[in-house]
Amino acid sequence: MTSLFPTTRRTAPADRTRPSTTPGDHVSTPSSDVALDVRALKKIYEGAGRQVEAVRDLTFSVARGELVCIVGPSGAGKTTLLRGIAGLLPLTSGEVVLDGARVTGPPAGMAVVFQEYGRSLFPWLTVRQNVELPLKEKGLKKAERREKVEAALEAVGLADSGDAHPWQLSGGMQQRVAIARAVAYEPSVLLMDEPFAAVDAQTRADLEDLVRTLWHRLGVTVLFVTHDIEEAVYLGQRVLVLSNRPTVILEDVTVDLPDVRDQLETRSTARFAELRHHVYELVQKAKKGYRPDGEAV
Amino acid sequence: MTVRKALTQLVLALALPVVLVAVWWFASAGSTSFFWPPLSRIVEVFPETWDAERLVNDVLPSLARLAIGYSIALVAGVALGSAIGLNPTLRAFLEPTLEFFRAIPPPVLVPIIALFAGYTGWTSKIVTIALGCLWPILLNAVEGVRGLDEVLVDTSRSYRLRRRTHLFQVVLRGSSPQVAAGARQALSIGVILMVISELFGANRGLGASIVQFQRAFAVPQMWTGIILLGLIGFALSVLFRVVEHYSLAWYRGLRQADRGA
Repeated sequence: MTSLFPTTRRTAPADRTRPSTTPGDHVSTPSSDVALDVRALKKIYEGAGRQVEAVRDLTFSVARGELVCIVGPSGAGKTTLLRGIAGLLPLTSGEVVLDGARVTGPPAGMAVVFQEYGRSLFPWLTVRQNVELPLKEKGLKKAERREKVEAALEAVGLADSGDAHPWQLSGGMQQRVAIARAVAYEPSVLLMDEPFAAVDAQTRADLEDLVRTLWHRLGVTVLFVTHDIEEAVYLGQRVLVLSNRPTVILEDVTVDLPDVRDQLETRSTARFAELRHHVYELVQKAKKGYRPDGEAV
Repeated sequence: MTVRKALTQLVLALALPVVLVAVWWFASAGSTSFFWPPLSRIVEVFPETWDAERLVNDVLPSLARLAIGYSIALVAGVALGSAIGLNPTLRAFLEPTLEFFRAIPPPVLVPIIALFAGYTGWTSKIVTIALGCLWPILLNAVEGVRGLDEVLVDTSRSYRLRRRTHLFQVVLRGSSPQVAAGARQALSIGVILMVISELFGANRGLGASIVQFQRAFAVPQMWTGIILLGLIGFALSVLFRVVEHYSLAWYRGLRQADRGA
């Protein structure tokens, strides 16, 4: 396949202590610094008398501290993939390895932000209690919990809303609560399943910047699933483009945009347009049933 | 403005009862019928009929049996209902049988229960009340637990909430609006069964008193018993609503927010 874009997987994460990162100046890191390793993940749903192969073969890894986006046509099995990685769905074959340990159920080092924020927050708890509940389960002391909860709410800009109930807040604010809960949990990998699909465009831009900011500040590894091509290019260091069902990876696109991103500046650069164009074409091809070389349709 | 609004509400709520009482009062005023005494006569005998002795020995025991039976039904219904709601195999196994037992009107069980648990003691009456109240609570708890949002369940799993936390913080809280709906139905069934359980072979209790007045042709006294029952049912329903108002405040807010969106 001829492409202008590097398709080889970058093994080194961007060193985010430096203000800006350009491709090629990464120090290669040992493979032990892989936070999340997905190997030959396969999922076949057993329906009434028929089998549906949702995910055929997914293999990729996410280095510690990396922000990787997964984008694909609708119905590409993105949610299946994410639930599989999160340990919420038994896999047909293949394995997911988080921090060197194989995932068999929801792992301790992972937090998930779901698309349906309104249904993922506990409506009978206040915002603060929602963020605090997983920490309680971890067995943290009260003072420590309080500190982490306040810090997380502060980080997402909701320091004043701790006593409200989630349903008293707007959709964007509710998703901030879900992000705060995930961040306070201090996961090694943060999974986000189309988290901004249900909020309006302006709120979405704010939340995208929030994710970038938190990722920079906390050094967490982020795997961000979306159907929005621009969002994927804007947020990610890499974009994994999925085929249609049964899902495989079409291409692993490295996003060589400057590390400091800005909704107006970044989105109007020539490079952003090129990358967007490229990913867009890939998704269009995926929709038409295009599969990588050597793959039988 | 709010005071005026509250006053309007109060007038609206009281208007019909006041009219009904007035109609009863005047329509029965000159009544000489033995079975249809004037309301003034009924009101007159009320205090002497329900004196302290009768309240302590008839009314309170009846209410205590209702409270015990209802509590047993609530605890058993929620516990069993959650177990069935969480376990599809258990549900497939139990549901047809439960539907059968639910279809039997509880009053017909009274003689059977009495055969096993005795006619005069508290046990048979409590069992009758508990059995009757159990079904609406149990079936609503099953539905409530089954209807739990799967995203909430996924959230609970992905944050590795312990079984106990999951049960108390997610399953029970999440199904509580539906359980409350069942509990409200059960309460009125409970009041009915409190009376019915005393109709056979009991000599003390609110229901037994009414039957004895009837048999002794103490008609005005019988009427006071019926009025007292109505008042107790009303008071219990108000009490229930107050408890529900505070414990399910989140649910009201959530529904309002959903409607507004």
